[in-house]
Amino acid sequence: MGSRRRLRAHLIQAAFVATVLVVWYVTSTRGMVNPLIVPALPQVWTEFVVILTRGLFWSDLRITLVELACGYAIAVGLGCSLGYAVSRARYAIRAFDPLLAGLAATPVILIYPLYVMFFGIGMGSKIAIGGTIGFFPIVLSTIAGFGNVEPLYLKAARSMGASGAQLFRSVLFPAAFPVVLGGLRIGFIVTFLSILGAETLTSFSGLGHQIVALGEMMDTAKMYGYIVFVVVIAATLNVTVTALERRGRRAR
Amino acid sequence: MTRLWAWAKRRPVVARIGAIAVFLALWELIARTIGDPLFMAAPTQVVAALGPLYGEADVVHAIWTTLWELGLAFALSVAVGLLVGVPIGLHRASNESLFPIVMLLYGIPQITILPLVVLYFGIGPESRVAFGFTHGVFPMIVSIVAGVQNFSPLLVTSAKSMGASDAQVFRHVVFPQMVPAFFTGMRLGMSAVLLGVLLAELYSSQGGIGHFTAAYTQTFQPANLFALIATLAAMAIVMNEAVRRGEIRSSRWRA
Repeated sequence: MGSRRRLRAHLIQAAFVATVLVVWYVTSTRGMVNPLIVPALPQVWTEFVVILTRGLFWSDLRITLVELACGYAIAVGLGCSLGYAVSRARYAIRAFDPLLAGLAATPVILIYPLYVMFFGIGMGSKIAIGGTIGFFPIVLSTIAGFGNVEPLYLKAARSMGASGAQLFRSVLFPAAFPVVLGGLRIGFIVTFLSILGAETLTSFSGLGHQIVALGEMMDTAKMYGYIVFVVVIAATLNVTVTALERRGRRAR
Repeated sequence: MTRLWAWAKRRPVVARIGAIAVFLALWELIARTIGDPLFMAAPTQVVAALGPLYGEADVVHAIWTTLWELGLAFALSVAVGLLVGVPIGLHRASNESLFPIVMLLYGIPQITILPLVVLYFGIGPESRVAFGFTHGVFPMIVSIVAGVQNFSPLLVTSAKSMGASDAQVFRHVVFPQMVPAFFTGMRLGMSAVLLGVLLAELYSSQGGIGHFTAAYTQTFQPANLFALIATLAAMAIVMNEAVRRGEIRSSRWRA
């Protein structure tokens, strides 16, 4: 996409957001919508500022981020090691790649009630569901990355006398890296989103839980403020990992 | 023995089924020996629980309702996806002006608004259909736009130069080009609809599936919980598989 076209797309997005905000402002401040369902825009803004300045979000944010770190570590560890193991044989790829891809397409969140039963309602079940859901894109991209290295390169390296370790470091890894990197980024995002989702479903703490708790207390203005806060956090994480991915690609 | 081995080596599906069998056997073994029966049920116990579970009218009702919600949310996603996606894809102006908005909305983490959707639509089936729809419609639109955009205008020009009418051009040139993208959109949309509807089902413990998962967890009935989840997973697999088959069929003619 050309940079002018991208600029235009961003301008349109900004204009759309502005329109939504104006419509929201006008309808909510003139009593055209039920304030319990759509609170007044200025009020939401005040709540958002309060959430930011008083730092009320720290304990929930910390819990969610710790869950994210643990869940992602599990997803990366299992996904990369299992993916690499499967990618070593054509037969294993043909046997297990469709199975993993099929599982990835099912709503894995269904298993969450079982995790609540096993690991309790606390952080354990969130880490487990985040790790499970994040595992799939990572294992699939690892299989795709390491399984599709041009056989000619391998043959050439071997005939020039490369050892196993050299082969991995100089041929396999560089060839697979960009593909795996894409999976690592997507895995990170889905781990985060499924942890948020798990907190929304059954939890005592975390960002997702806070939104639900505010909704149940009918404190809708604050709830909207919190939703905005969580969307900002999600966007920040997304931009960060996308930038990291790009940097990782360039470094090769 | 060696012949059996050679036979299995030519068929990766054998290893796939073998892996599943080993997994189930291990699970059975652990559940029967060291597993706590309050939290874990063996596969055989889960299968045994299916019969009594399907005998409970409330559970069956909840499962049927979920199936309805999935169907309705999917149908709405496909219909709206087509209605929005085709015009956006066909015209440069609408593509440049509207597609960024679609991508913006698609980027919002929808799980954050689940409590809002429930606030708007209540805890009944309406909120689940709505949440499934908002999940399914975006992948559908994006696939349709990509599919409509992708075909070469040269094909239309050559068909017209050979004297095809507009209707004929659509029927014989545009439509066949769109079909694979349509099925890809349906496959991605189905995955997303399943996620949206089931998230919303699990969210409320007042009614629907979420009520039973919460109840079975709190009263330590793992066999029932596993059986209910296995039923929903089976439903999801069948629905995914149906659209995936459709996708493979639809693109076979191009190969």
